[in-house]
Amino acid sequence: MARPLRAWRELVKNLFRKHVTGQYPHTKPVIDKNYRAKILFDANKCIGCNICVRNCPADAIKIIQVNQDEKPTEVDGKTIPAKRKFKCVIDLAKCVYCGQCTDGCPVKALSSSQDFELAHFNREALIDEMKHPYETESKKK
Amino acid sequence: MPKITVPLGPQHPALKEPGSFMLSLEGEEIKDAVLRLGYNHRGVEKAAEARNYVQNIYLLERVCGICSHAHATAYVHNVEEIAQLEVPQRAKAIRMIVGELERLHSHLLWLGVAGHEIGFDTLFMYSWRDRELVLDALEEISGNRVHYSMNSIGGVRRDMSNEQIKKVLGILKTLEKRIKYYITVGTEESTILARTQGVGVLPKDEALKRCATGPQGRASGVDRDVRRDNPYLLYDKVDFKVITQDSCDVFGRLVVRALEMVESCKILKQVLENMPSGDIAVKAPIKIGPGEAVNRYEAPRGEDIHYLKANGTDVPARVKVRAPTLANFESVAYMLEGDTLADAPLIIAAIDPCFSCTDRMSLVQTGTGKSGIMSFKELRAYSIEEYKKKGIDFSKL
Ligand code: SF4
Ligand code: SF4
Repeated sequence: MARPLRAWRELVKNLFRKHVTGQYPHTKPVIDKNYRAKILFDANKCIGCNICVRNCPADAIKIIQVNQDEKPTEVDGKTIPAKRKFKCVIDLAKCVYCGQCTDGCPVKALSSSQDFELAHFNREALIDEMKHPYETESKKK
Repeated sequence: MPKITVPLGPQHPALKEPGSFMLSLEGEEIKDAVLRLGYNHRGVEKAAEARNYVQNIYLLERVCGICSHAHATAYVHNVEEIAQLEVPQRAKAIRMIVGELERLHSHLLWLGVAGHEIGFDTLFMYSWRDRELVLDALEEISGNRVHYSMNSIGGVRRDMSNEQIKKVLGILKTLEKRIKYYITVGTEESTILARTQGVGVLPKDEALKRCATGPQGRASGVDRDVRRDNPYLLYDKVDFKVITQDSCDVFGRLVVRALEMVESCKILKQVLENMPSGDIAVKAPIKIGPGEAVNRYEAPRGEDIHYLKANGTDVPARVKVRAPTLANFESVAYMLEGDTLADAPLIIAAIDPCFSCTDRMSLVQTGTGKSGIMSFKELRAYSIEEYKKKGIDFSKL
């Protein structure tokens, strides 16, 4: 086919084609459920093994014990030390969202979410502190 | 006519990354070109010595934003070789799928950039639109569009479901049609022909002398491809052609990349249709070695070489990366000479450069101990001997 004719055909076809680009932020892109974005932490599961901290390539994750001051309990004359409880702090500015921490966690306390809109104007807001319920409870007391 | 020296870079709108090109002009013609790298040295190799083997997968993946899987795979191949791990077949297949999808995405990206440099922005938008399909597939398989992080030491991190396999096969069908369209456009469109034919000529003997690799070398008739010559993963089990061209110009490089995409689709189909079953990873030790290993990987831009020395601890003693752009950079000076200034950005873009990946620093200490410089001949003889030990004969090249 002659070149001008082909160009015209392409032009007319494109007039009726749907837009490929999306109107972000008015329409949100479809994010696959396998996507690795913000890391979520389940404080009730964490055993404080620190495997996630050791293997994090960006030095972004910290696991901090929150109940050092908790007293051991006495049951039938035996002292049982309190179960150690941990919170997790991830620096979202450092995290590269590789998901290594979720892979390495032996009790699956960490998981990837699809929340990708993490930009912020101030750096402090990027420190994502995922507290253990114990902290909030003990504060109330 | 007086000579004028024009600096192109380190910061220049035509360059995507910092690299410096001092061009001596006589009129419009480039008479001489002096190239300099080193504006974006990130110290990746040194940083690798301070991280453990798992952390290094992610660090080395970030040597390049486009051939990220290439670097990560070359690195894990080294670790696996030293630790003598037997990687399951399914893991190899998945690594190959990601690798070939990456090649598709890289070549489509290059096609767009080349279109943009030529002044043919429609081609840029078309090819980047189609590249989205590949990125979507990668996002679904690996969880990210650019840094797939698919590799673990001893296998891959995620399995592929049957639906994913079907979906990728569907995407390939659309892509094959689009690639065919680009081949027609690329070889018939007069704008492209006028801007690429006879531009940036690199004859075969020069390409060999300057160690050009990948599509750059193949477009000058250098019939080399690590996937065929020193097969890794499952490349010895699939059927594909190594594309070469004899035109030795930018047009040849365009054709090589376009036809390579067809071959990539062919490889992908063969792997996806015959996925081996079984595990996707074996357990890896935390401490590796002692030992050393060198591995090569055919990245979209050419041969990527990684060296690793392990000393029995959980961190490597030495990591060395030779990114493909370093091999191709040498030919740019030759190609620029004799061409016009207006073609310079296109000629530079035609090697598909990754300046930041290439930036390395070397410290040569003289006067202490034994040191010396190997001539090209000696180095060649040495490497032929080394490869003979692995059962591959390169002496006839
Ligand atoms: S996702 Fe990667 S970088 Fe982010 S905290 Fe987890 S291991 Fe660290
Ligand atoms: S790896 Fe899991 S269990 Fe161990 S410290 Fe991290 S979050 Fe807690």
